[in-house]
Amino acid sequence: MKKVMMGNHALSYGAKLARSQVIAAYPITPQTQVVELLSEMCSDGTLDAKFINVESEHSAMAACIGASVAGARAFTATSSQGLALMHEMLHWAAGGRHPIVMGNINRSMAPGWSIWTDQNDSLSERDTGWMQYYCASNQEVLDTVIQAFKVSERLMIPGMVILDAFALSHTYEVVDVPDQALVDKYLPPFKPEIRLTPSDPRAFGGLTGSEHYFELRYKLQKYMEKAPALIEETGREFEKIFGRNLGLVDAYRCDDADFVFVTSGTAGFTARVVVDEFRKSGLKAGNLRIKVFRPFPFAKVREVLKKVKKAAVVDRNCSYGAHGIFYQEVKSALYGEAGMPPVFGYIAGLGGRDITTDSFKEVAAHALAKDKADEEIVWIGVKK
Amino acid sequence: MREKKAKKIVFNSAEEMPIMIASVGSQTHNLTGAWRNIRPEVDRTKCLQCGICWKFCPEPSIDIVDEWPVVDYDYCKGCGICAEECPAKCIVMVEERK
Ligand code: SF4
Ligand code: SF4
Repeated sequence: MKKVMMGNHALSYGAKLARSQVIAAYPITPQTQVVELLSEMCSDGTLDAKFINVESEHSAMAACIGASVAGARAFTATSSQGLALMHEMLHWAAGGRHPIVMGNINRSMAPGWSIWTDQNDSLSERDTGWMQYYCASNQEVLDTVIQAFKVSERLMIPGMVILDAFALSHTYEVVDVPDQALVDKYLPPFKPEIRLTPSDPRAFGGLTGSEHYFELRYKLQKYMEKAPALIEETGREFEKIFGRNLGLVDAYRCDDADFVFVTSGTAGFTARVVVDEFRKSGLKAGNLRIKVFRPFPFAKVREVLKKVKKAAVVDRNCSYGAHGIFYQEVKSALYGEAGMPPVFGYIAGLGGRDITTDSFKEVAAHALAKDKADEEIVWIGVKK
Repeated sequence: MREKKAKKIVFNSAEEMPIMIASVGSQTHNLTGAWRNIRPEVDRTKCLQCGICWKFCPEPSIDIVDEWPVVDYDYCKGCGICAEECPAKCIVMVEERK
């Protein structure tokens, strides 16, 4: 059934179709409608789940962890400062191997107070051991929630489904809401091997000495390394049932491209307008949208970019004292391989400043005029 | 009831380890150490047998035996919550003598 809905409600519908059993969340702009709709669904019986009201995001994640330990499929959503407040519990969820799925709306970190988008909130959590999916349409948001549960529960690693504030969270698009019966076929009930139950009492997350901690973390990384193949496999399976592929990256006109914009989130769709314009005037341009940031699809990025003459990474984030974060990862993906293109790094759109077609034209003009990147960061649209 | 016997498990490879930190029965194996410095004592002459201490003990280390609250000192941590919550104020926290 097709429905017109905002990105926030696409998250709610994804959580509903995945038959989430416990939802614990705290509202924060621009995420509020996610939990608002879910709480309505829980109270009117549309969704058979326990909705737990909490006093903070830290508690929301703690409640989800408890639910997950007990064997329930748990969902929550947050944004920005809320995600930052969860930080400790994010380590707990990943380290304890609790496959919770969470929506995060990318909102700039305060101060100065902002409700507009950039990616520093979620990218600050990149080393917690969560998988991260950066979505570019409301359809992809809904679909990815369902896929994320499947991948997370298979690997026992939590997953974060991420969307831009306002550009997606509050933008209405046509979304194909899949049939519950088909979703049930794709996503079986969550049945963990070990769970908290009175008939088999265990203590979870207890003291772990130096003779075991190292191996636990080794295993977390080893399971994370299985994720790229599993995301592709479950993405193809999703396509068979629902007709939409969910991959690690989304390459647009990259096959014969000389110049590629590398983007994440919604900005890439603007880039594609510029790509089409460039193509008309004879420049073979393309766009590589990186959807999955953790685990980072190193092989896939190499595969697409090795055929390209130049790549320009546009980051809506900054690792202060270093560079744009996707730029760092793309460079490290290409490093040491022969015949890789020069990579240029751009930062644009912090605090929700628009990234327009002109921004991408400015990026292209800069990169095309140079043989190599002699600055690590080129700022696009900043009032210098 | 599990056998109350402390047994340390050491895995020799990552392979044989579970992915989760989920110890089996460690809460029954691990008795409270010598670090508890106060212990609850129930004065039965004032006790109302209301069971509030049983309900509030976070361990839980108060059993109801023949309708009386009985503290299991193997596990009691000496937190004093039972004494705080007891409506008859008949639980006294007394200093441990080592
Ligand atoms: S002191 Fe604390 S642990 Fe001990 S019996 Fe009372 S409530 Fe339980
Ligand atoms: S709370 Fe106090 S009065 Fe009630 S059963 Fe416990 S010791 Fe007795």
